[in-house]
Amino acid sequence: MSLHIVVCAGMVPDPLQTLEPVTGVNGPVLKNEMMLPAVLDPWAASALYEAANLVAKDPGSKLWLVSLGPKAKLQQVMMTIAQRVSFELIAVDSASGGFADAHATAAALADAIAAIDGLDRTKLLLFGGWESASRGAGVTLQTVGERLGITDQFMGVDQIDVRGDGSFEVLERVEGGKHQVSLCAGAPAVLGWATGGLPEPRNNPQIGMANMRTVMPALQKAKPVALADSGLQYLHAGLPTQRRQTRIVKDMTPDAIAEELVEWIGAE
Amino acid sequence: MQESILVLTHVDDTGSSLTTASLEAVTAGQELAARLSAPLAIGIIAEDPGAAARTLAGTNARVVGVLGKAFAQSRYGSDAAACEAICKATRASVILAPQSSRFARVAAGVAHRISGSIDTHITSIRNNDHGIEASRWFYRQRIEAVLTRAARPWILLIEAGTYPALVCDDADVAVERVAVELPAIRTDVTGTRAPAQDAQTIRPDAKMLFVAGAGWTKKQPDGHAHPAEAGDLILAFLRKAGASLGSSKSLVDQGGEGQPVLPFLTHMNQVGQTGSTPRHPKGLATCCHGEEPHVVGWRFIGDRRAISLDPNCGWARGKADVVYVADAFKVMAKVNELLGSKA
Repeated sequence: MSLHIVVCAGMVPDPLQTLEPVTGVNGPVLKNEMMLPAVLDPWAASALYEAANLVAKDPGSKLWLVSLGPKAKLQQVMMTIAQRVSFELIAVDSASGGFADAHATAAALADAIAAIDGLDRTKLLLFGGWESASRGAGVTLQTVGERLGITDQFMGVDQIDVRGDGSFEVLERVEGGKHQVSLCAGAPAVLGWATGGLPEPRNNPQIGMANMRTVMPALQKAKPVALADSGLQYLHAGLPTQRRQTRIVKDMTPDAIAEELVEWIGAE
Repeated sequence: MQESILVLTHVDDTGSSLTTASLEAVTAGQELAARLSAPLAIGIIAEDPGAAARTLAGTNARVVGVLGKAFAQSRYGSDAAACEAICKATRASVILAPQSSRFARVAAGVAHRISGSIDTHITSIRNNDHGIEASRWFYRQRIEAVLTRAARPWILLIEAGTYPALVCDDADVAVERVAVELPAIRTDVTGTRAPAQDAQTIRPDAKMLFVAGAGWTKKQPDGHAHPAEAGDLILAFLRKAGASLGSSKSLVDQGGEGQPVLPFLTHMNQVGQTGSTPRHPKGLATCCHGEEPHVVGWRFIGDRRAISLDPNCGWARGKADVVYVADAFKVMAKVNELLGSKA
């Protein structure tokens, strides 16, 4: 059975960048945010690779990538991502970041998805990361699903096995390092991915060339969207100040260190 | 504005007891209700909430619950409908719930259904002139912020371990039943599955987190890597100390890059930017090197020690309480021996 998979994926600063919050017009923002190199949100990237893997198994299936962010940032990230898997980009030009409100972001994404030409909602699997590496709330994707009327949702997904009749088995992360196993009758459904099981695809210039035919026009026609004010107010945002006085132990034998560690482990 | 507080709870695998995280959320709800002089209600999601409600005997709260086989399973369709019904029945303005996998799955959808707002991963709740304030972390535990909202209802998911679990006498508690209009159920939960590994290495309730870094599989002074020996040492320590295992991303990823691996490690063990940020009273890091993402994974570890060959490790200085500059293979072998003799 063919699937129509829509992946919602935001952009986040490269994890190795130093982040510092400063006060902006509408609340906290990251210092020099537009200058920071960005990457596709890691868990959303897992969702994209899993989606591409599913679509590749069925020629009738289709994959859209819906991304919300400043156009310049989108273009920078798409230069990399577009070389990895085939997709059609739906770009939403808007301010984004960890301090933006998830409800307003979800509303903008749901509107963009609802307007996708040719999307069959009875075949829809809505993918994304179960949380972002920016806000990390785990709210946006679920809310988009609700706005689209989808009442089968799975979060922390590491695996999906789609069967011939369209039903699928899905593994979600639960407490204690286990997976909950569920059997769903089929699309439509929302899947918020954790790491998944696929490696990052290698760059393929041919895929990149093919994608760019649609990516650049999509970026050019991306409509600016102002996120609605939902009344979220920040009273403080700052870096943690906790710094420890580290004792560096250089002159103890392994046996002496072990004895000290065992005593420490046993202490209440 | 007069607030009213609801705490949503759910049962554990036994079906007859509330989860520890739920009891922690009840404590948070009790404290908030007392400070605001607000009425408190507690909602229970369970097939039969009667037994679980007994642990709430001393709360003097209104206890409501849903009843039916559908609520035995942790599933979006039935759980969202149940939470929505309880929220609407109690008309609460502030709704607290544990940040469990069960509620994290449905809470955002419930907030949308009741025309409310939601904030998750809350680490503390206060109230003052601004009203109710909630603290949470952004950018994977790198930035901490305090926020507030005027809009109600407001759902707050409480991080595990941030409040003490409620302890009450065991006694009968009257549970008001809330009727739920279930949607067509299209999902059946068939069970749980542990990742394929030699032993269960993730233990959220453990007193200690043991973090293994990529150094365990690197070449040792004899010019060879010893991943099998490393695996034995780590597993033996986890078993003897009852510790939970975390790992750096680089060590987990090595499996896909053709390098020596520790076979029991999965992405579920990963801590840091693309992994978890577990909460344990103590943490021991071994063979790790200093990357900011690694610090992120350790944000909520109380007492931290590390074994590293690099005394200038950027992660260790200012982040760990003690750093032992030593060969982790030798130290951990002796630690295991000592723990074995104590057992």
